[in-house]
Amino acid sequence: MKTHPPIDDAFAEYEELSRPQGAQSATTRPAESATPPAPAPQPKPGEFKHIGKVTPRVDGRMVVTGAARYTHDLAFDNMLFGRILRSPHACADIVAIDLSAAQALPGVKAALKLKEDRIRWAGEPIAAVAAVSERRAEEALALIKVEYKPLPHVTAPDKAMETGAPLVQDQGNVIKSNEAARGDVEKGFKEADLVLERTYKTSWEVHQPTETHGSVARWDGDDLTVWDSTQAVQSVRDGLARALAIPAGRIKILKHYMGGGFGSKLGLGDYTVTAAKLAKEAGRPVKIVLTRRENSTCVGYRPTAWMTVKAGAKKDGTLTALSVKSYNCGGVGRGDRVAAPYSDMYACPHFKIEEYAVFVNACASRATRAPGHTQATLGLEGMMEELAAALGMDPLAFRMKNFAAKDKGGTGIPYSTKGLEQCYKLGAEKIGWERRNKKPGAGSGKIRTGIGMASQIWPGTGAPGTLADVKLYPDGTVEVDCGTQDIGTGTRTHIAVVAAETLGLEPKDVVVHLGNSDLPWAPSSGGSMTTPSVAPAVRDAALKAAEYLKNLASKKLGLPPEEIVLEKHKAASKADPTKAVELKELARGIPRPLPFHGERSDYPSTFAFQTFGVQFAEVEVDTETGKVKVKRVVAVHDVGRVINLQTAESQVVGGVTQGMSAALFEEKLMDPDTGTMVNPNLHDYKIATAMDIPEIVPLFADVVDERLNNLGTKGLGEPARIPASACIANAVYNALGTHVREIPMTPARVLAALKRKEARP
Amino acid sequence: MDIPRKKKKPVSRRAFLQSMGGGAVGAGVVSRVLGKEALASQAGPGEMETVSSRAIALTVNGRKIKVTAEAGETLLDVLREKLRLTGAKRVCNRGECGGCTVLLNGKPVYACHILALQVDGAEVLTVEGLADGDKLHPVQQAFIDKDGYQCGFCTPGMIMASAGLLKKNPHPSFDEIRAGLAGNLCRCGNYQKIYAAVGAAAEAMRRS
Repeated sequence: MKTHPPIDDAFAEYEELSRPQGAQSATTRPAESATPPAPAPQPKPGEFKHIGKVTPRVDGRMVVTGAARYTHDLAFDNMLFGRILRSPHACADIVAIDLSAAQALPGVKAALKLKEDRIRWAGEPIAAVAAVSERRAEEALALIKVEYKPLPHVTAPDKAMETGAPLVQDQGNVIKSNEAARGDVEKGFKEADLVLERTYKTSWEVHQPTETHGSVARWDGDDLTVWDSTQAVQSVRDGLARALAIPAGRIKILKHYMGGGFGSKLGLGDYTVTAAKLAKEAGRPVKIVLTRRENSTCVGYRPTAWMTVKAGAKKDGTLTALSVKSYNCGGVGRGDRVAAPYSDMYACPHFKIEEYAVFVNACASRATRAPGHTQATLGLEGMMEELAAALGMDPLAFRMKNFAAKDKGGTGIPYSTKGLEQCYKLGAEKIGWERRNKKPGAGSGKIRTGIGMASQIWPGTGAPGTLADVKLYPDGTVEVDCGTQDIGTGTRTHIAVVAAETLGLEPKDVVVHLGNSDLPWAPSSGGSMTTPSVAPAVRDAALKAAEYLKNLASKKLGLPPEEIVLEKHKAASKADPTKAVELKELARGIPRPLPFHGERSDYPSTFAFQTFGVQFAEVEVDTETGKVKVKRVVAVHDVGRVINLQTAESQVVGGVTQGMSAALFEEKLMDPDTGTMVNPNLHDYKIATAMDIPEIVPLFADVVDERLNNLGTKGLGEPARIPASACIANAVYNALGTHVREIPMTPARVLAALKRKEARP
Repeated sequence: MDIPRKKKKPVSRRAFLQSMGGGAVGAGVVSRVLGKEALASQAGPGEMETVSSRAIALTVNGRKIKVTAEAGETLLDVLREKLRLTGAKRVCNRGECGGCTVLLNGKPVYACHILALQVDGAEVLTVEGLADGDKLHPVQQAFIDKDGYQCGFCTPGMIMASAGLLKKNPHPSFDEIRAGLAGNLCRCGNYQKIYAAVGAAAEAMRRS
């Protein structure tokens, strides 16, 4: 049997990408060796002029005028267009590949074989060409002769688990991928007055960023520049250096604007390596942009989780035991791990989880906005809602009863801050929690209404070791250099806000450089890492620059530096604002462009750090058609200090919309006979549109985590997405009295759930 | 020339796509306009050479231009590849998402779905031509003020659809805004902010 490459592990990749190089993760770091940093200087209330307020994006004009250049939009002299030939078979051995006819086609400048052994999914890259036009490249692909020996395949997880199913991986189609336990669950179930067991299922949800994946590669001698639609300029550089076996220092990755990624653009893409190789062979720049079909089939999706959850509670609502068995399917990859929310969200002394990866013939899944946590939250929060109903308790009171002030379900170290109670209170008031059906399904008539909730937990702590430079120029320019990227969350603006705040400027005055792997290191933009990594590093650098400017001003004004403030483009006396010097004038005293280096410091290991939040949904369900209409979602999150209220609200609105879309519509469907995706476009793969969305109310808890970093800020990208599908599923439960337990909640699934009886309390 | 137009009343997305001649319906449009030759061009590689191309005249963002268009080439291809106007995006390339929306003779259309040879003599407005010099169009300004986007990739199409909507209906209700933008997908999910932006733009246009 042929040996296959190691199994893709979407979650491990995500964890690795999110971790700063050379630093240990917060969870593995030994407590005794960690030196807690000095308490970070925290501004007092009212001290901030820009941070936490509404700042329109500093690059708005670029985007709304079409001037912003995305990777798709780039063109260079002599540029060639690359296309990739992909396997039509879900499983096959390649017998022979003949490129000669393609190479002979006029206008074809390079051709490559990409795979010569076993094909394990439909869409796997086989060969690639670069030609003078996309159309010519497409013609060349059709001239490549590939002889396949088709083999049996399996694309459905339940079929893959059957004995005698075609083998997807040498190790077998089911392997244990994770297990964890504390206490003794059997003892816990014995202590319970009530035990429930339910199975919850999630679908394959495709990222479908509007800008499909793509790269432009250009060699200048031994140096390679790649313009990439990526969430991770630094890690693409490092990955490409390994793939091409050239020094990382010879590679530069640029990403000025990017049309969405949601986790699918977190690492190096095979198309990027292919573009670089074709460019080398042809001696000309090569651009590869994936089609929508390729984007739908070849660059990952959220793996499914089939989670059987068993929970026990006493009559007063105290959780006694929680046990979970989850089958996670990520195609030929290992999929996600769903353990963390089950383990940590609620106080529970006895806990156990077993996770299994199920392999099928489909491309490997990739990290998808809050990998693992999103799936887990559907199961965990579904169970909390069903258990509360069985106990005859208010689901919110039930959650509060099991509130965990410490991590590991109340058995670990204390959370540094946890504003979840505040979130609950705000959210319940805003949605009108008292209007819910006290007993699920208590309403009558064709259209039933319901209100449901779901809580959220996610690290979002940021990467210690993140670097940023603030540079002062003799002409007064203030520049920030940081090797992060703005993936649409507003990072450019956040950086400008923090620098402007610290140096007494307006955000629009700050020149921000990012999206370039040559700039100081910052982590990939995934895992809600960016703001809590980058903003503190920029703050650190800007504080150093501010100190320098105050010292310069001290000499000019004849005042001690501590008597000077930077505001309104001036260095001024705190006591007498008329004694002031313009920053621009002050800058003339700078001998040359001066960089001030900032770093995001470590945080203490004696406390646990997580983001928290809750979302409440109100729905209408048509019991005749099974159609669900989401009327309203109230989202309240504790993410520490908010840097820019404007973009933070957008992230929440987006997270809720995506979660609603997944809850009701999204599902990658496979044809079992051909092993191919049957809805690889934006018509058949339905995502939420303007017609579908509810009213969304984004709110933030007033919490600043002073131990975490110098701004007390956490990440928001994943938190906004995590509870959205689950709170809608729970609202449907509240309306119907039976939990659909599987997303997307298509009309057929809703009607099937209505026919079930066992869930009615 | 029969350019599909948007319907007045709230429509389902699928009905909307059909009205735009979406997906498989497009092949019919191709054959009607170009006859057998164009269908031959769909037949396979190597045959593109036999299909004719000709010069067409367009007024793009107020400028009269002549450009050679090949059969099978879309208005979006011509704008992006030949005129280097890359504001209109290629997202689905089959009339499903609105990322390539431009105004054709004043009406919003999917540029990926209009053959260049169909529009000889037409007037095209893209996002690059919407502002009045340095002064942004009220829709553009409102998209900044209300944060009507995240990644920004759907934004040029969304802005052109909004500008087209307000041109036709300067006082749209909330539901009319929703229906007017039903053919434009935003994967970041920022629709709520987009409505706010369109509402604000309508208000600004009323005041000016």
